Amino acid sequence: METVYSLKPLLAVLVSLVAVIFIVIPGQRPNVRESWTILAALAKFALVASMLPLVLQGKSPAITLFAISPGISLALRVDYLGIIFGLSASFLWVLTSFFSIGYVRGIPEHKQTRYFASFAICLSATMGIAFAANLLTLVIFYEILTIATYPLVLHRETPEAIFGGRKYLVYLLTGGVFLLFALAFTYQLSGTVDFQAGGILPAQVAKSSVIMLFTLFLLSFGVKSAIMPMHSWLPTAMVAPTPVSALLHAVAVVKAGVFGFARAIGFIIGPSVLHESGAAGFLAALTAATILVASLIALRQDNLKARLAYSTVGHLSYIVLGLALFSPSAWIGALLHIVNHAMMKITLFFCAGAIHVRTHCDSVSQLNGIGRQMPVTMAAFAIASIGLAGIPPVNGFISKWYLVQGSYDVGQMVFVITFLLSGLLNAGYLLSIVVRAFFAPSDKFTKFGEASPLMIVPLAITAILSLLLGLFPDRVPYFFQLASNVAQSVLGGGGL
Amino acid sequence: MSSLSVLILAPLLLFCFISALVGIWKLKWSYAAAVTGVALALAAAVAGLCRVLADGELRYFLGGWPPPFGIEYVLDHLSAFMVVIITFIGLIAVIYPPEAGLYHTPRRGIPAYGLLLLLIAGLSGVVVTGDLFNLFVFLEIYSLASYALITLGGDKAVVASFRYLILGTIAGSFYLLGVGFIYFSTGTLNMADAARLLPPLYGSPTIMAAVALIVVGMGIKLALFPLHVWLPDAHSYAPPVVAAILAAIQVEVAAYVIVRFMLTVFQPQYFIDVLPVTTVIGWVAAAGIIFGSVMAIAQKDFKRMLAYSTVAQVSYIGLGIGLANPLGLIGGLLHILNHAFMKSCLFLVAGGIRHQTGLHAIPQFAGLGRKMPLMMSAFTVAALSMVGVPPTAGFFSKWYLVLGGIEANNWAFVAVILASSLLTAVYFFRVIEKLFATPSSGDPAVEQAKEPPARILSPILILATGIIVLGLINALIVSYVLQPVVALLP
Repeated sequence: METVYSLKPLLAVLVSLVAVIFIVIPGQRPNVRESWTILAALAKFALVASMLPLVLQGKSPAITLFAISPGISLALRVDYLGIIFGLSASFLWVLTSFFSIGYVRGIPEHKQTRYFASFAICLSATMGIAFAANLLTLVIFYEILTIATYPLVLHRETPEAIFGGRKYLVYLLTGGVFLLFALAFTYQLSGTVDFQAGGILPAQVAKSSVIMLFTLFLLSFGVKSAIMPMHSWLPTAMVAPTPVSALLHAVAVVKAGVFGFARAIGFIIGPSVLHESGAAGFLAALTAATILVASLIALRQDNLKARLAYSTVGHLSYIVLGLALFSPSAWIGALLHIVNHAMMKITLFFCAGAIHVRTHCDSVSQLNGIGRQMPVTMAAFAIASIGLAGIPPVNGFISKWYLVQGSYDVGQMVFVITFLLSGLLNAGYLLSIVVRAFFAPSDKFTKFGEASPLMIVPLAITAILSLLLGLFPDRVPYFFQLASNVAQSVLGGGGL
Repeated sequence: MSSLSVLILAPLLLFCFISALVGIWKLKWSYAAAVTGVALALAAAVAGLCRVLADGELRYFLGGWPPPFGIEYVLDHLSAFMVVIITFIGLIAVIYPPEAGLYHTPRRGIPAYGLLLLLIAGLSGVVVTGDLFNLFVFLEIYSLASYALITLGGDKAVVASFRYLILGTIAGSFYLLGVGFIYFSTGTLNMADAARLLPPLYGSPTIMAAVALIVVGMGIKLALFPLHVWLPDAHSYAPPVVAAILAAIQVEVAAYVIVRFMLTVFQPQYFIDVLPVTTVIGWVAAAGIIFGSVMAIAQKDFKRMLAYSTVAQVSYIGLGIGLANPLGLIGGLLHILNHAFMKSCLFLVAGGIRHQTGLHAIPQFAGLGRKMPLMMSAFTVAALSMVGVPPTAGFFSKWYLVLGGIEANNWAFVAVILASSLLTAVYFFRVIEKLFATPSSGDPAVEQAKEPPARILSPILILATGIIVLGLINALIVSYVLQPVVALLP
């Protein structure tokens, strides 16, 4: 890709960081404070969206700030892969901001200033991760994201929340430490940490070094990607307010881990080098196991958010498994699933949040007949559930189609079966809720009553978009084209 | 202007006396004189650093006597770097108001500020002198000043100070003995001269013994495990400002002395290959990092936790020396700067909490974060930097140390650095969680607590801002100041 100088990537990162100041200052006047959040979210999305046409033309807006270590600059560069993640995260922040306002005022939550300020920092960090031009820049934002999420996890300040926060830190800081090691090791092996499609390791690098580097990446990005057995922070972190679970623990934080894998496999180690080392097979086996085990555990969860959390664990491994297969189709499927899963899972979390605010029900077993009281919410829930099960015409079908095709291309029937089996399990643990909501008899939910429009409109939008992305995957914003460009640049035409 | 090195020392020594004298009448004047003295010294130090960056080494012969007869002062990259840190942290510490920094306003006639200046002068003297014996003189000057200053902390501090005095004197004697051996063998006390005369004598047992004595002596001063026993008491009972100076710059000067001997007085190869000095320092430091971190986790008293944290953190510097390659030593030297900012910030916060609430034990801190948001944000920045979260300064010392460890193929050291990040996270997040997330226990000291006044707050905020700025500009410091220093290494 041709690089063009542009301030926009920097502004997209900074806008929410600057907004933090304006969120903190009028802390006592909620309406002023929240309007800054909305403004920052809209500005960030507009900035990211305005870079899309340029990226589609094959030009990559980039800015190099200054040297942060001799020979390594703090640099941002928007490529095909970065804009996929940046666009989906910044768009969903807009919706989550509205939803958050409805949620925290509906409960009502305490310490809302801290809540909105931390949220804004998280989104700055997420953009930094998406647009980082080298591994050091990515690591800096990755760690900022870890720290900025911590106050959101322990937000409730109950003993469970504090425990959740501790567990969160132990897991993620350990991952961060391995990431620092991986970063230093990369630098030592290749003398650079700039991302480059196809990898940067020199040709003569020893196989053992590749395996070690890959293991380090697995131990670092694997934590945020919640690959088993490094996943258990994620269900515990569900103690956070639901919008946090929605945006951060279904989109930003966990996808940052997945995105890290895409960078490490495609842009640092390189698919061909990794393929020769044979280490990716281990990752594929691990993620396949995670997909099945997480789905089975999800079946047994009665707490709605816990069930969604295990579903997230499984779907994150869909993506990583796709990345580990080295087939263009699998990569396309994986990258599309970053967007598609985000859209569907955020819908489900929004629904869980709306149900919680309206009825204070958190368990699946309490939801009999709730479809009569909250038809819009549960209709959105149904669409997203169908999508996650991989049933057309919702977008989840598209990504799963390519993932299955990719597994078939590389001759791995076992992964084909894994994806198909997991689809059935998804249907089992999600559609059962839909059936319960609409068809189970109940005298608890009789009169019509949805949550506030601040919550209903965002979840309706994400549900409709899930549908539209399934019907028209190659229309605006051209995620399909972006994903195939990434696959093309990383794997070449045919794959390995 | 090769006299800049002396111009750093002159205002410190001059105002040391002025401050002590005017302090007999009025404490305010003593404070003003002290601030003036350190500010002038800082200005000279910064000018010196700029000159060194532009023109290279500055040498000055005291009284016009050329070496080896007279005393020489040398300002090169390493000493200019150190002296700027010393005078900057010294200035911040001296500005910090005495009612918070020394627990209470010292009684009239007690030359607290005179002693602080003497301490800073001694530290500066050690790093700018080019003379082995003159270094000993400054070493004793700063040691004596710190013994006296520690006792300002009260009864327990007197005992702690006495323990430190005994060990510090042993350390000084070891150093003096080592220098004596070098003098008998070479007939010179000038560093550059000794460096020229020493290589033929490298096989001599006398010189080997001299190296051993000097390194062990400085190991005590640097509180390298297991020679650290004096540090936790001395640093936790000393008043906050004194503890800040001791932890942030005084201990690190001993590391400077070791690096100076390794790079200038001897050839690095002698410390690395001929004698296993760097290997021993490295492993001892690795043990110290783990020991200090684990002990810090076990502490309830905030300042005592910081003191054990110092044991761990100075060992990072030792580890950098132990790695004995350019990247590792850069990490170690950069950590002197970073640790100076972080640890002085943390001790000043401890002073601020004590002044505003009278509290000193971590379990009592529940709910303080909401009462003092600015000071506690500064604390959080310093704590995150200690853990090594980017883009704060602390991350980058670890980054260079890890690079050095990988280059040396020393996986054990890499593992220690990484593991210690997690241990550090345990003891700092414990405090952060108490401050911000634990509901207040209803203790009136917490309920009535307010943000400290600007006089207390501003030095803390300057240091906290510095921690972030140093992280962002670390590449400049490394390429212009530290890379010339480590260029001598193989």
